Amino acid sequence: MSATTPGELTTPGLGGGLRDLRQSGFLLKLLVRKELKVRYRGSVLGLLWSYVKPGVQFIVFYVALGVFLGLERSPRNPEGLSNYAVYLFSGIVLINFFSEALGNAARSIVNNGNLIKKIYLPRELFPVASVWVSGVHFFPQLVVLVAGCVIAGWHPDVFQLLAAVAGFLIVGLLATGLGLLFGAANVYFRDSENLVDMLLMVATWASPVMYAWTMVQEKLGAAAFAVYQANPVTIGVELFHYAFWFPTTDGSAAVPPNLFSLWTPVGLGIALLVLFLGQLTFRRLEGRFAQEL
Amino acid sequence: MVNAIEVSDISKQFVLRHTRSIKEAVVWLAKGRKGDLSEKFHALKNVSVEVKTGETVALLGLNGSGKSTLLKHISGVMLPDSGTVRTRGRVAGLIEVGAGFHPDLSGRDNVFLNGAILGMTEQQVNDRFDDIVEFSEIGQFIDTEVKFYSSGMYLRLAFSVAVHTDPEVFLIDEILAVGDEPFQRKCINKIQELARNGKTLVVVSHDLDLVSRICARGILLEHGVVKFDGSIHDAVALLRS
Ligand SMILES: Nc1ncnc2c1ncn2[C@@H]1O[C@H](COP(=O)(O)OP(=O)(O)OP(=O)(O)O)[C@@H](O)[C@H]1O
Ligand SMILES: [Mg+2]
Repeated sequence: MSATTPGELTTPGLGGGLRDLRQSGFLLKLLVRKELKVRYRGSVLGLLWSYVKPGVQFIVFYVALGVFLGLERSPRNPEGLSNYAVYLFSGIVLINFFSEALGNAARSIVNNGNLIKKIYLPRELFPVASVWVSGVHFFPQLVVLVAGCVIAGWHPDVFQLLAAVAGFLIVGLLATGLGLLFGAANVYFRDSENLVDMLLMVATWASPVMYAWTMVQEKLGAAAFAVYQANPVTIGVELFHYAFWFPTTDGSAAVPPNLFSLWTPVGLGIALLVLFLGQLTFRRLEGRFAQEL
Repeated sequence: MVNAIEVSDISKQFVLRHTRSIKEAVVWLAKGRKGDLSEKFHALKNVSVEVKTGETVALLGLNGSGKSTLLKHISGVMLPDSGTVRTRGRVAGLIEVGAGFHPDLSGRDNVFLNGAILGMTEQQVNDRFDDIVEFSEIGQFIDTEVKFYSSGMYLRLAFSVAVHTDPEVFLIDEILAVGDEPFQRKCINKIQELARNGKTLVVVSHDLDLVSRICARGILLEHGVVKFDGSIHDAVALLRS
């Protein structure tokens, strides 16, 4: 399916990896649209589910953690986090995006097996389309989050908005890279789906979504805390806190040390490295997709 | 005439027994890689085929002889273990009816999706949409979800999209079987028209009379080896004997 002029002989089946996606923009668009259509086929609420599900999740966590466990700041609990609801939700939306993107990308190759073993097309399209679809689902959650922030007195500056973009970018690149890796591995060993599910469960708790990063720093030594900090998802969540939660507080909360000077570049670097390695593995393995599926 | 397809000395092995869990693989590694993790056999063995631009070639052979596997190598879906495959221009394959159709989408959505999968641009699908629907004779069912289509309707739409992608090389695997008589005739006419326009055709079919009418050259495969390569009449006669 190469778009070369009928003048030269070319070897079919050798794609250019993620670079091929530039020529396949139309197909990518249709694949994303297909996913969205199929997902909400026959459901009355349709895309509204993207609001309802995280909303309920948020209420459950807020009541259980914020009220029962006492993480919300109140006169009786001055140690708690102020605006815990916003704190929690800004982390949850990012983790939701990551979970959905990675979970679906890891299954995308096997799920599209029927197509992949019959017609040649850049197979990177499928994991990338999965991440894209998750991006579409992320949007309504972002709207809910921003609404909540505004109610809580949000007044961000440009730098804080850039932090949100950086956080989203880091997590999106990481999900794409891991999605390529596990998506390809899943063709050979279906165990990798389960591995991803486990990983995602850990990811929620290995980042300061429910709790504050300061609690981790108190318990861990400096070295262990650095490892904790190097997790790109953690960095993404902290950037989101800085963008959405921090501007709703009185500004007395501590921002993780070196978040911008060190950890943001580190997170971006790790995410890009994972993307590179994921793409490398994917290309190594894709030659045998058609026969293994 | 230049070559549209050059298959030189390709071999392909498949495993007979698949290992699907890490556990089995680890056990196998722990035992010092004793024995083969999987048994293998040759689906294609030292196959060399050259097809000139504008030729019409039939791939013949019994079930399991490797015809579909060879087509998949030409389309790039599979890569050979050894040897090389090279093609000139855009290759479109109709490998099984409606590969790339999504049952939950309407015929209309599927035309766009399948067109894009086969390499058409948005502009091309828009321009050719009416022709595609007209050729398929699907009519008012175009907005019905394709899971409600009969297999013949499925074929009509799939074939119609594929011929409208206007490829240089057209691979057809066993797809005309479910169409009714008039539509089959229409497809054959269309295929012959493509051949007259200098397109290269590679057709797999067990309908020997049909391929004799469409194709000039026949290649006979047997257990992954090319047994015969020559005129279609000799190839058919050999297969029948
Ligand atoms: N992905 C695969 N893994 C293992 N074996 C395979 C795979 N694909 C094909 N085979 C085997 O390769 C052989 C050739 O298959 P192929 O589909 O090319 O046959 P064919 O000539 O098209 O047969 P038919 O006339 O039935 O369509 C068969 O024995 C088949 O079982
Ligand atoms: Mg076959």
